[in-house]
Amino acid sequence: MFVSKKLLSRTAAGMAAAGVLALAAALSPASAQESVKIGLILPMTGGQASTGKQIDNAIKLYMQQHGDTVAGKKIEVILKDDAALPDNTKRLAQELIVNDKVNVIAGFGVTPAALAAAPLATQGKIPEVVMAAGTSIITERSPYIVRTSFTLAQSSTIIADWAVKNGIKKVATLTSDYAPGNDALNFFKEHFTAGGGEIVEEVKVPLANPDFAPFLQRMKDAKPDAMFVFVPAGQGGNFMKQYAERGLDKSGIKVIGPGDVTDDDLLNNMGDAVLGTVTAHIYSAAHPSAMNKEFVAAYKKAFGSRPGFMAVSGYDGINLIYEALKKTGGKTEGDALVEAMKGMKWESPRGPISIDPETRDIVQNVYIRKVEKADGELYNVEFQTFEAVKDSGKTKK
Amino acid sequence: MTTLLTILFDGVAYGMLLFVLASGLAVTLGLMNFVNLAHGAFAMTGGYVCAVLVNQAGWPFFAALPLAFVVSAIIGVVLERALYQHLYTRSHLDQVLFSIGLVFMSVAAVDYIMGSSRIFIKLPAALEGQIDFFGIGIGRYRLMIIVICGLLTAALQLILARTRFGSRLRAAVDDPRAASGLGINVPQVFAFTFAFGCGLAGLGGALSAEILGLDPYFPLKFMIYFLIVVTVGGSSSITGPFLASLLLGIGDVAGKYYVPKMGPFVIYTIMIVILIWRPNGLFGRSATR
Repeated sequence: MFVSKKLLSRTAAGMAAAGVLALAAALSPASAQESVKIGLILPMTGGQASTGKQIDNAIKLYMQQHGDTVAGKKIEVILKDDAALPDNTKRLAQELIVNDKVNVIAGFGVTPAALAAAPLATQGKIPEVVMAAGTSIITERSPYIVRTSFTLAQSSTIIADWAVKNGIKKVATLTSDYAPGNDALNFFKEHFTAGGGEIVEEVKVPLANPDFAPFLQRMKDAKPDAMFVFVPAGQGGNFMKQYAERGLDKSGIKVIGPGDVTDDDLLNNMGDAVLGTVTAHIYSAAHPSAMNKEFVAAYKKAFGSRPGFMAVSGYDGINLIYEALKKTGGKTEGDALVEAMKGMKWESPRGPISIDPETRDIVQNVYIRKVEKADGELYNVEFQTFEAVKDSGKTKK
Repeated sequence: MTTLLTILFDGVAYGMLLFVLASGLAVTLGLMNFVNLAHGAFAMTGGYVCAVLVNQAGWPFFAALPLAFVVSAIIGVVLERALYQHLYTRSHLDQVLFSIGLVFMSVAAVDYIMGSSRIFIKLPAALEGQIDFFGIGIGRYRLMIIVICGLLTAALQLILARTRFGSRLRAAVDDPRAASGLGINVPQVFAFTFAFGCGLAGLGGALSAEILGLDPYFPLKFMIYFLIVVTVGGSSSITGPFLASLLLGIGDVAGKYYVPKMGPFVIYTIMIVILIWRPNGLFGRSATR
């Protein structure tokens, strides 16, 4: 297993580096300043690596802009690669908490990874800041979990409400057959049928699906007004290409869905077939605020690519940790930090956001966007805002 | 009716693609009796060569296709001389362990060099979209695949059955000692055949990027498909894998269209039924070693 060897050597290198740092700190009493350690667990290799890279980049950018000292303490980020495998996540979280004595764990590219770390966060009383994974139940699994990304329920219910109001009556759905895909489908269906819409065709595609052709042909023959699509961000490009190849763009069947299918990270390479796709999502690189323009420009300058919603979630996640530390005056106790995070409100590149004090989940605007061309590049242009949307997917109590 | 024909067309295109991808494996496994699980790695190489040439160096797509073949074939012949030839006489288990190791190395290497996200090849506008042929939707790209793969199949069959090289190859496979006694340079014949198989895989990889998607995990994801083609088709000829590819392609596409809930199971069911009925594959000789 070459992959895990690579992982091992990286981990070893990371541990060696951490050791050197610790040694340096011990040897120089002049820097008596205490540090706050953040254990960042992300998929940096494997199929989800783009998520990890974006979040890591965004955190680096934030720390460049805001310095690495908060409330008199030095912030130290220890990055570990779990390749999106929950077993690795659990082991790494344990090492970080026990050996490195981190004060916060953060990151988590996929739902199973976030869930694997949840019991450790509870036991160790360590805040777990989820920066990517998007299934509703995550924050219910530990009182120490706080989320700065989004839930699929947020965007799926909004696009359903929008579709009902905009004369879309018949919808065919195509979703990836795994937890987030099923979340997206169920929340969409619930809101869309409650509003009087009709689902004429429902197809779940296997997650590791090589060819969309037969499923798309089925969509075409069902002749819906629009098709609701959720595929993981990486497959969006392949999907849109085949959508165009089959001539669905010309037959008047629009694509609607949560914004994963038109992720900013890949959008520009999808070709003109994607023009006119309407999605509901929490962030677009084209969001017209001064703060976002600055963020996009700084990110592009530092890393040579456009930030996507994962980058913003990471940027907000590290901001949340900074602000919580300011509020506790540098105290790093888990309970105090989580308490400080609850109810926190701030302006993010995606717009105004806050942490729901009850569920510790994010409350944010959801935007309806349409893919348009600006300066020769494809962008999700926002044209309608649903303000302060809470996650509607929490277990009913 | 028109839908049925569209499904049939898509299935044939998919099957043809599988055939070009897997035919090299049919040659190494069937003719040279070598289990090369790293076959998909050569397909991936071809795909990435084509992607780099077209997207970064600005080559036209049709000029990059032959180069995908050539580069994969060259890498194939280098590896054959350096590594593979030492394993021809070893047991199948050794061959499997060796080639699966190569697969993991290729996955990690491509991940490191090219990154792990999916790559697309920029296609000329002429290949995009569908043609409406008496109400039957025909994808241009898929049509091109059928044409290219059809020609390749015919050429392959002719080379093996009608040319001097084909007869030398068959002789070298049936009895290497007698063949070398007759003055046939057996290692050279094997090296050339191996390289040709790798080249075909490379070409298949370049063609499939648009439909199957290209990422560093390609060799692992599609290994199972190649093996199905070869086991179902039987590995003693080219016709067997060809018909097996078509059957699987059509079965897979039609299955996903008509019973989407069962979709991914259809081709495995076909495989099991055929293998119970004919354990050596559709066209297998029971006397295969």
